[in-house]
Amino acid sequence: MALSKNQQLLSKIATNDRHGENSPYFDGWKAYDKNPYHPIDNPEGVIQMGLAENQLCFDLIQKWIRRNPKASICTAEGVHEFKNIAIFQDYNGFKEFRQAVANFMGKARGGRVTFDPTRIVMSGGATGANETVMFCLANPGDAFLVPSPCYPAFDRDCGWRTGVQLIPVNCDSSNNFLITKAALEAAYERAQQDHINVKGLIIANPSNPLGTVLDRDTLRSLVSFINEKKIHLVSDEIYAASVFSTPSFVSVSEIIEEMECDRDLIHIVYSLSKDMGLPGFRVGIVYSYNDAVVNCGRKMSSFGLVSSQTQHLLASMLSDNEFVDNFLKENSKRLAKRHSMFTKGLEKVGIACLKSSAGLFVWMDLRRLLKEQTLESEMNLWRVIINEVKLNVSPGSSFHCSEPGWFRVCFANMDDDTVEVALERIRVFVEKQQVKSKRKFQNNLNLKLSYTPRRYDESVMSPHMMSPRSPLVRART
Amino acid sequence: MTISIARPNDSPYYIGLDRVSEDPYHRLDNPNGIIQLGLFENRLCFDLIEKWLSENTKDSVMGRDDGDLSISGIAPYQPSDGLVEFKVAMADFMSQVMGRAVSFDPSQMVLTAGATPALEILCFCLADPGNAFLVPTPYYPGFDRDMKWRTGVELIPVHCRSTDNFIISITALDQAFNQTRKRGIKVRGILISNPSNPVGNLLPRETLYNLLDFAREKNIHIVSDEIFAGSMYGSEEFVSMAEILDMEDIDKNRIHIVYGLSKDLALPGFRVGVIYSFNESVLVAAKKLTRFSSISAPTQRLLISMVSDTRFIQEYIETNKKRIREMHDLFVEGLKQLGIKCAQSCAGLYCWADMSGLISSYSEKGELELWDKLLNIAKINVTPGSACHCIEPGWFRCCFTTLSQEDVVIVIERIRKVAETCKISS
Repeated sequence: MALSKNQQLLSKIATNDRHGENSPYFDGWKAYDKNPYHPIDNPEGVIQMGLAENQLCFDLIQKWIRRNPKASICTAEGVHEFKNIAIFQDYNGFKEFRQAVANFMGKARGGRVTFDPTRIVMSGGATGANETVMFCLANPGDAFLVPSPCYPAFDRDCGWRTGVQLIPVNCDSSNNFLITKAALEAAYERAQQDHINVKGLIIANPSNPLGTVLDRDTLRSLVSFINEKKIHLVSDEIYAASVFSTPSFVSVSEIIEEMECDRDLIHIVYSLSKDMGLPGFRVGIVYSYNDAVVNCGRKMSSFGLVSSQTQHLLASMLSDNEFVDNFLKENSKRLAKRHSMFTKGLEKVGIACLKSSAGLFVWMDLRRLLKEQTLESEMNLWRVIINEVKLNVSPGSSFHCSEPGWFRVCFANMDDDTVEVALERIRVFVEKQQVKSKRKFQNNLNLKLSYTPRRYDESVMSPHMMSPRSPLVRART
Repeated sequence: MTISIARPNDSPYYIGLDRVSEDPYHRLDNPNGIIQLGLFENRLCFDLIEKWLSENTKDSVMGRDDGDLSISGIAPYQPSDGLVEFKVAMADFMSQVMGRAVSFDPSQMVLTAGATPALEILCFCLADPGNAFLVPTPYYPGFDRDMKWRTGVELIPVHCRSTDNFIISITALDQAFNQTRKRGIKVRGILISNPSNPVGNLLPRETLYNLLDFAREKNIHIVSDEIFAGSMYGSEEFVSMAEILDMEDIDKNRIHIVYGLSKDLALPGFRVGVIYSFNESVLVAAKKLTRFSSISAPTQRLLISMVSDTRFIQEYIETNKKRIREMHDLFVEGLKQLGIKCAQSCAGLYCWADMSGLISSYSEKGELELWDKLLNIAKINVTPGSACHCIEPGWFRCCFTTLSQEDVVIVIERIRKVAETCKISS
């Protein structure tokens, strides 16, 4: 497509697609934005189940902030600190902030491992953290392996401005989406043959979108794989404290204490956006065991420093051990309850999810509702879920899942009543499907009406409400 | 294992900053420490902000229980390019700070976590790796990091002379453009700072018009870093690029302004930067890039009310100007007593001092030797002109807004001692 004269004034980065916002992952959000559910004002609207946000523990944080006015520099108690905080732009960050974050990270891993505050590097959210790590480890054109299905925005975060490419290592339901050494080796070999320089492996553990945690053996085999190939391991552990049942979370930081490993290859990405439900605070952390990466990353943090006001608040909050211990416990409890409520509700209508113990979402199995086990069928089903059932869920294909029929559904960003509404809508939809199936069976027997799948297409939202490049529109024509 | 990107921190600018943090001056606790004159911290008006805060205290960072001022106003995901209310507040603030000579449209704004990422994001949007921006010298040392480091873009210096008071000439610009083209490098734009850092002067209206003509003729961008627009202490009036564009019917697609609260409101820790562009496509792309550099939500909430208090801002701007002027006059006079002249300036938190009379050899080497003496013997950290790519040796940028009036006396005294040793040896 030829660029307009205006666009020619812009760079390739500004005009290419690697921001990924044309993917269906974001299209569902657009549908939600145009017609958001509200229990009173818009009860027929789209319920947002595509955003992995934890709203279950706001009250705990709210309570702490009220009880600790000194931590807020805009209060009478805290204002005397104002000038020192307002003027502070050192990219090392406040020592107390780094200590508090290190403390929190350790506690999120059950105290089984401690983190060194001098290795804590700030960044603009986990988004910025992943990008910073890539800038430090790889050159444009280099590649990182990534087990798929994976977080859709990894491509943007790891590759948009860095020029790094991500090579998916496909996992599927045949073994519960486990990463196998064989799959990694195969992907690595293929890349070598294609003359692609693989610099490392990036994993999300706990996994997004699966919600599963990596078991010790798998982790050990990943560490030995990267060690053997002398490539990096970036472990995105932003859901470390969003674990609500067993199996429990094992961090790569624990594994390297147990086995021989070149620590210069090990890097952790963290954030407070999920575990604490504070995405608005923009706290991203790069924790590397490699001194050169820490130094380089620290200088890059100038592009995404955490506001000193926020650092000050969190330094206080996260060093309050009583608060942290209670928060972590309560968070797990509430996530467990919500997860159970949601999965049981799905089970009642015969919908299964991948067994998971972490995250703010479930990996829902709708394969049996697909006409055919194809991407197109998945997209068709997804359109129906958005437009008829009015739930914004995320189709597996947007996570680069090679197996059609899986959907990620977030459950922690709403109250209990909304969950009930969502479950009810799903129940109604599934029952309608069963009625339609029966009818189809009967019709086929009678040879009177032939049922065409294209009937579903007529109920699609009018195209002008979708972006012109949306696959929702494309698939229709 | 490779770190793919070379570190930018070998410049004296950064070395000096590091040395100060190792041994910072404190009047009581560390009177022999290094006095910081290399970093633009403006401590002159914190009392005003503290007063405003105590008159407008909230119960917490969240404020009251109603509406937006609860946790749900600060905790969840917000638009990555800033809250609409904050953009509205910043648009009005910018207009106020620039004397209401121009108004800014919040929908043409993208907010970033500081002016540092604002510059980098713009650069990523306007240029490909290997492309170049022309920059008048001397320039802010941080431009090398912000515009070049991760973007792979080159900065081509366009040298300005003290005889022109370091104002850029179009002839020099044209020459630099052609020479760069001959080397096979594509020039994508011009980067200016206005008010200028490190000189502290303003670009006259005519120069702005000439730059616009040049940019249009060559079909390149102009990025105007106007971060010191509200730190004027002279009698001249600041003219923003936006003001010129407002008055003329010019093609605006190539003009972009960078702003922030680190200097004018002395809040560098809060990380508030602005990209203001007249180009819709640039705004669209920049907005997506703010995902990597968004402003913390509680900080936005805190500042919305402060920045919207026009009466307070008016008082702040005027008092700030007055106090900067007092410090400036005191400092410049002190240097004058030592025979050190400063460039004509009317803005910024610094002065541009000509210490070429004190250097042993009229060269970058001589200048750096003097810088070293000033750092290690006089124990003051100033920024040498070579770190700012100045073509004339001997110029030093001295920031004076971290000082109290007593400190100025100490600084001048320390420089005097070094100056005397320099005169003896030359």
